[in-house]
Amino acid sequence: MEWMVWTVPTTIFFSTIAAMLAGMTMWEVVSPTVERKGFLPISTTRGDRLFIGLLSAGYIHLLVVGFTPLSIWLALGASVLWLLILMRWG
Amino acid sequence: MNKVYDNKAWWLILPMLVLVAFSAIIPLMTVVNYSVQDVFDANTRFFTGTEWFAQMLNDPTLQAALLRQFAFSMTVLAIEVPLGIGIALIMPKKGWQASVVLILVTLPLLIPWNVVGSIWQIFTRGDIGLMGWGLRELGYGYNITRSTVDAWGTIILMDVWHWTPLIALLCYSGLRSIPEAYYQAARIDRASKWSVFRYIQLPKLTNVLVIGVLLRFMHSFMIYAEPFVLTGGGPGSSTTFLSQSLTTMAIGQQDLGPSAAFSLIYFLIILLVSWVFYTAIMNMQKEKQEEGI
Amino acid sequence: MTDSMPHTPTAVRQRAAAADASRRRKSRSAPLRWRPKMLMGLYLLFVLLPIYWLLNMSFQSNTEILGGLTLWPKDFTFEHYGKIFTTSTWYMGYLNSIAYVVMNMFISILVALPAAYAFSRYKFIGDKHLFFWLLTNLMAPPAVFLLPYFQLYYTVGLFDTHIAVALAHCLFNIPLAIWILEGFMSGVPKEIDETAFIDGYSFPKFFIKIFIPMISSGIGVTLFFLFMFSWVELLLASTLTSTGAQPIASVMTSTSTASGIDWGTLAAAGVLTILPGILVVYFVRNHIAKGFALGRT
Repeated sequence: MEWMVWTVPTTIFFSTIAAMLAGMTMWEVVSPTVERKGFLPISTTRGDRLFIGLLSAGYIHLLVVGFTPLSIWLALGASVLWLLILMRWG
Repeated sequence: MNKVYDNKAWWLILPMLVLVAFSAIIPLMTVVNYSVQDVFDANTRFFTGTEWFAQMLNDPTLQAALLRQFAFSMTVLAIEVPLGIGIALIMPKKGWQASVVLILVTLPLLIPWNVVGSIWQIFTRGDIGLMGWGLRELGYGYNITRSTVDAWGTIILMDVWHWTPLIALLCYSGLRSIPEAYYQAARIDRASKWSVFRYIQLPKLTNVLVIGVLLRFMHSFMIYAEPFVLTGGGPGSSTTFLSQSLTTMAIGQQDLGPSAAFSLIYFLIILLVSWVFYTAIMNMQKEKQEEGI
Repeated sequence: MTDSMPHTPTAVRQRAAAADASRRRKSRSAPLRWRPKMLMGLYLLFVLLPIYWLLNMSFQSNTEILGGLTLWPKDFTFEHYGKIFTTSTWYMGYLNSIAYVVMNMFISILVALPAAYAFSRYKFIGDKHLFFWLLTNLMAPPAVFLLPYFQLYYTVGLFDTHIAVALAHCLFNIPLAIWILEGFMSGVPKEIDETAFIDGYSFPKFFIKIFIPMISSGIGVTLFFLFMFSWVELLLASTLTSTGAQPIASVMTSTSTASGIDWGTLAAAGVLTILPGILVVYFVRNHIAKGFALGRT
C-alpha cells in the first residue's frame, strides 16, 4: 500500500465514492429505480443521473481550478448542488 | 431477449471483476494520489493540492497537443468512414475471392503498431523507400523530417492504411446480414443503386458504424507507436499527439505529479466521449427492439 | 410455379420486372461491371505495396538496400532471417511475445465466458453501469496507466515477467472479450438453457457440455481478437519488461536506434511479426466478419 502514496484528501474522496456506490446499491434493493424522463434529453435511472452528476462535477472542478482564481470549495459546493438537482429533477 | 432479474449473476461476474479491478481500479487510484502530490519517492513527498491541474490545463504545449489530437482524430474519421463503407460495398461476397480479399484486407490490423510505423518509415524514406523515392522522382520535394505538411499527410495516410480495414470489415458484416429478398424486391421496383444504398444498406449499417466510429475515435485518440516510430513527433512538435506528450512526461522526465494530473484530464475527456457513444448505442438497440416486436 | 403462366396482375408485373432487370444486368456495359473489381484491385494494391516493400527489403543485403533503389531483390539473401533465428535477443523476443499473448488469451477467455453469459441472460443491480465501466477500460489510453503499472508490478515482484504483461493486457482484452461474446451469446435462444435445466443439467455441466459448443465459432473469433490486440500492443508490453521478457516489438525499437540502422534485419523482423497474424486469421476467416460487428448483426 505504501507505493500508492495515499493522502488524506484522496482517501476521503475514494471513501465517499465507495459509500455512494454502497448507498445506491442498498437504495436499489429497498426500492428499485424506475427509468424516467426529467429535464435531461434522455430517460435515465438513478444510477445514470448519479454518473452524469459525477462526470459533470469533474468538469466543473477542472474549469474552476484551471481557468478561474476561485476556491475549489466553491466548485465542490456547486457540484453538490448540481448533483442534487440532477437526482431530483433530471 | 427478455432477461431474468437475478442478482446471483454477480457470482458469474466476480472473477472477471477481480482481475479487471486489479488492472484498472488500483492503478487509477494511484494516479489520483500522484496527481495531488509532488512525489520524489514513497517517503519524500509533498501535498500540492490542485496545483498540477492548474498548471497542466494552462500549459500551451499540452493545449496544442490536445487540439492537434482532435484535428487528427476528426480527419482520419472523415476519411476512413466513407472509404470503409465504399470498400465494404465492393468486396466480393462469394467464392474463393471473398476469402482472399477478406484476409488481405484484414492484414494491416494484425501488424504490431510499431511495425506499422517501421513499414511506413521504410516505405517513405527518400533514399530507400518506394513512396519517398517515387515522389522525389516525380519532382515533389518530399521530406517528412522537414516539412510539417508531408509529415501530417504521411501519418494520415498511414492511419488510413492501418485502420480503414476495421470500418470496412464492420460494414461488410453488416451488409452480409441483409437478406437477399430485400435486393430482389428492390430490383423489381427498379430501384437505383443509390436508393438501394440509402434505404436498404445504410440503415443496416448504422449499428455497426456507431461501433466502428467509437472504436476508431478511441484508438486514434490514443495513437502512440506509429507516429513515434515514423516521425518521432516532429518536425518540431507538429505530430506530437496526446499519448506521446504524456509518455514523454511520465517515463522520460519522471514527473509523476504533473503527468498524473494530465492523465486524469485525458481520462475525463475519454470518459465523456465514450459515455455519449455508449448512450447512443444503447438507445439505438432499445429502439430496434421496440420495432422488432 | 415459376414456369407456369402468371395469373394475377401482380404476378404478371413482377415477372415482367424480373425479366427486365435480368436483361438490364446482361446489357450493362462491360466497363461498369468491371469498375468495382478495378477499385478493389487498386485498394488491395495500396494495402499490399508497403508490405511488399518490407518483404523486398528483408531479402536484400544491406549494401544493396543502401546502394540504390531496386524494385525486387537482385541478389536474394536469407542473411537477415538467419541472423534473427540465431541471435538470442531476437528469437527470444518472439517467444516472449507469444508467451504473454497466449497467457493473456487463456486468462481473458476463462473469466470472460461466465461474465458474458451473465450479461446476456440476466438483469442485476448495476448491470448497465458495470458494462459501461468495462467499455471505458477498453477505451482508456494505456499511457494513462503506465506509471502506476510500473510501480504496481514492481511492488508485487512481477516486473519483467510474462504474466505481468498478460495481466496488464487484461485491462482492455477482458472487456473486449465480454463485448464480443455477449453478442454471440445473445444470438442463442434462451429456450436451450431452460430445456437443459429441465433435463436435469447442473449449471457447470450445461455450460461446458451444451453452451460452449454452441458458440464455438464466437469463441474462435473472440480468441482471434484477443490475439490481435495483445499482439499489436507495444507501450505496456515494453514498459513492464526489461530483458527477461522483452517483446519483439521493443527489441525492434531498441536496435533501430543503435548507430546505423540495420534496415534489412528490421525489415525481416517486421515480416516475421506479420506471419502469426496471417496464420490466425486463416482459421477464423469464415466468421471474422461477424466477429468485427461484435456478433451483433
